[in-house]
Amino acid sequence: MSGIIRLKKGLDIPLLGKAKESIQKVDHSATFSVRPDDFVGIKPKVIVKDGDQVKVGSVLFYSKMNPELKFVSPVSGEVVSVNRGAKRKVLDIQIKSDGKFESESFIKTRPSELTKEQVKEALLNAGLFSFIRQRPFDVIANPNDNPKAIFISGFDSAPLAPNYDFVLVGREEEFQLGLDALSKLTSGKIHLSTNASSASKIFKMSRGVELHEFSGPHPAGNVGVQIHHIDPINKGEIAWCVNAQDVAMIGAAFKSGSLDFTRTIALTGSSIKEPAYYKLVYGESIENIVKNNVKDENVRYISGNPLTGTQISSNGSLGAFESQVTVIPEGDKNNEFLGWIMPRLNKFSINHSYFSWLLGKKEYALDTNINGGERAFILSGEYDKVFPMDILPEFLVKAIIAQNIDEMEQLGIYEVAPEDFALCEFVCTSKIETQRIVREGLDYIRQELS
Amino acid sequence: MKALRNFLDKVKPSFEEGGKFHAFRSVFDGFETFLFVPNTTAKRGSHIHDCNDSKRAMSMVVIALLPALLFGIYNVGFQHYLVNGEEASFWACFAFGLMVVLPKIVVSYLVGLGIEFIVAQFKGEEIHEGFLVSGLLIPMIVPVECPLWILAVATAFAVIFAKEVFGGTGYNIFNVALVTRAFLFFAYPTKMSGESVWVTTEPVLGIGSANSLVDGFTGATALGQAKGAEGTLETITNAVGEPISTMDMIIGLIPGSIGETSVIAIALGAIFLLWTGVASWKTILSIFVGGGVTAYLFNMWGANPIMQLPWYEHLLLGGFCFGAVFMATDPVTSPRTDGGKCIYGFLVGFFAVVIRCLGSYPEGMMLAILLMNLFTPLINYCYKQSNINRRLKRVANK
Repeated sequence: MSGIIRLKKGLDIPLLGKAKESIQKVDHSATFSVRPDDFVGIKPKVIVKDGDQVKVGSVLFYSKMNPELKFVSPVSGEVVSVNRGAKRKVLDIQIKSDGKFESESFIKTRPSELTKEQVKEALLNAGLFSFIRQRPFDVIANPNDNPKAIFISGFDSAPLAPNYDFVLVGREEEFQLGLDALSKLTSGKIHLSTNASSASKIFKMSRGVELHEFSGPHPAGNVGVQIHHIDPINKGEIAWCVNAQDVAMIGAAFKSGSLDFTRTIALTGSSIKEPAYYKLVYGESIENIVKNNVKDENVRYISGNPLTGTQISSNGSLGAFESQVTVIPEGDKNNEFLGWIMPRLNKFSINHSYFSWLLGKKEYALDTNINGGERAFILSGEYDKVFPMDILPEFLVKAIIAQNIDEMEQLGIYEVAPEDFALCEFVCTSKIETQRIVREGLDYIRQELS
Repeated sequence: MKALRNFLDKVKPSFEEGGKFHAFRSVFDGFETFLFVPNTTAKRGSHIHDCNDSKRAMSMVVIALLPALLFGIYNVGFQHYLVNGEEASFWACFAFGLMVVLPKIVVSYLVGLGIEFIVAQFKGEEIHEGFLVSGLLIPMIVPVECPLWILAVATAFAVIFAKEVFGGTGYNIFNVALVTRAFLFFAYPTKMSGESVWVTTEPVLGIGSANSLVDGFTGATALGQAKGAEGTLETITNAVGEPISTMDMIIGLIPGSIGETSVIAIALGAIFLLWTGVASWKTILSIFVGGGVTAYLFNMWGANPIMQLPWYEHLLLGGFCFGAVFMATDPVTSPRTDGGKCIYGFLVGFFAVVIRCLGSYPEGMMLAILLMNLFTPLINYCYKQSNINRRLKRVANK
């Protein structure tokens, strides 16, 4: 193992509502919904219709560009509706659970005994491949690529994020089987990054990986930041990344010969009465875990963490790549009088004109108000403080706004994902939507290059 | 506050599209967002945001300017009574100063904000608060005898041609307040320099002293005296001909632009600005290093009186401190990277002293900052290029 990679830049936002490390039991919800939008970068072709019976692992839709890339049902039951929006874009596929979680069969064997082609085919047919993402562009991986390496982050540093040491407890064998399967997919290495300040037992006993230790504030746990410091992506190179829980999910399929999309999620946020961990299947409605568990009236439900998650309703579903649900107060009825000059002791700022820096370890209940109006770039150097890569974030964002492809490439757009800019967006005094801009930039350059 | 909120909610529709007062939408909007934080919530991307915003940042600059402004107001009165040979209390000096300075502040804000409101209305945008700072800076960097109508013309010119044509706050290349001053400086040179513009000698609206001027009166600034001297540097005096010490230059009870004379008041503002993170210490420090080193080298050369002015007095006199703290640190018109700020700052200090020593004007800070504003995109480009080159090298090393 190489030495610890210490990151200085970044920010741990002290939020109220961290999940207590115990898993609460809750019934599975009756309805599930799968959003094709969760799988960034694909055009879905839906093959189910209302009334179809599906099992866990039955294909719901596939990618028009790569028909072998399939996206499957996380639950067994009946397709209730395929909801479409403007231009017939598929919004979600609603499935009514029969409560049995009957699974399509999967190959039950040790992945190390299979060939690359067999592993790939098994993952693709079972819809497990869709949980592999690629850099550049932060989209679902193309099965025809040969990535230079696969990166797995062994910790999530986002605000209130689940503790991977806790959620993966007892899944050592499955995690290792998952690693064995993934190692078949690349001729390069598998890089596994751990948090220097946590035990990371399960990761440290993993075989066939190159371990790296990171220390520092968020976004140290972002896989993009880790890639940048381990083996940065140059133009033309492709790396894949997989969430740690999804590695165990892949391993579990090989171990049991069936599919199970359950993961341990953290229910967090200042509006939750008892933040804790739950076992939820992706696509499952969060209604059962938030019922009678929300203390504020006007709240926002987020699938994911408060920096990068997606807004959902109180019976919305858990996103395909999320292992966290956050509930925080809405900020649409504040009407704070002369807010710009007030001390705002109950709000958080990294700026010394507020007093957060004096209040030590105080944790905050932040709402969704953006606390200002959108402006052009005014203050300089704000992004740099929370962006631990050798990239000039502000110049890159400007190049994207100007749709200057050459400059985007030169300034390192292939190395970034929207989530890497989440803290920039948080600290921005001009309230610029940097994550949206970066996503649009990535989509634009991907489209121009194809 | 609830009543005020309810009132605003009640009248709001008449300012919206199709309403009776739609032509004043931007004005209403400006006041509403000033009074109440907008209820805008994040729809996508980050759901939570730091509570700092540009209004806060701008207000911090305004607060940082207050010590220098209050001192400047007092100094205007102090100079007036001094040259008229009349003893006056602190409050009498302050009251007189206020009579002179307040109209300038009002004119500057009325003209500048008026244009901002019209442009915001025209563009259908929210009013931006950048002029809150510029509007206060402008009266502080002009001579006390600058006529109001000229100030109005210069402010209008600067806001329109240095800011709005570029797209408004955040897009301007030159510091708006300095463009105002440059406009005055070149369009109305007699009103901006010489011996008669720095001290108000006549009473204003019946307030002040009507005595005749004391013997030995000179309204020239310290730098003006040094520049005007022949051969070797003579003793620099205050407005009534008494020699001034370095300490006097730090305290600032000497003639000069309204806000620029007191190093102590400016230092208070600087501490506040650095603490609240609006200004960069890298810019400020490197300006002083650049100016100090350059002045020291000129001291060794010593070919004319102003070159002989001790290097530390170069840093204390004129607009050096004020420019370094409040003008050159403008985040929009200075480089965006830390290294760039150091280069920029050093060159601002360098050019300010070079212009003083070799140019035909006694003061060089304004021109130095404007010049470096012009070079800011180049400095940004160089830093961007070095990042790009590092990335290219990484590929080449593979």
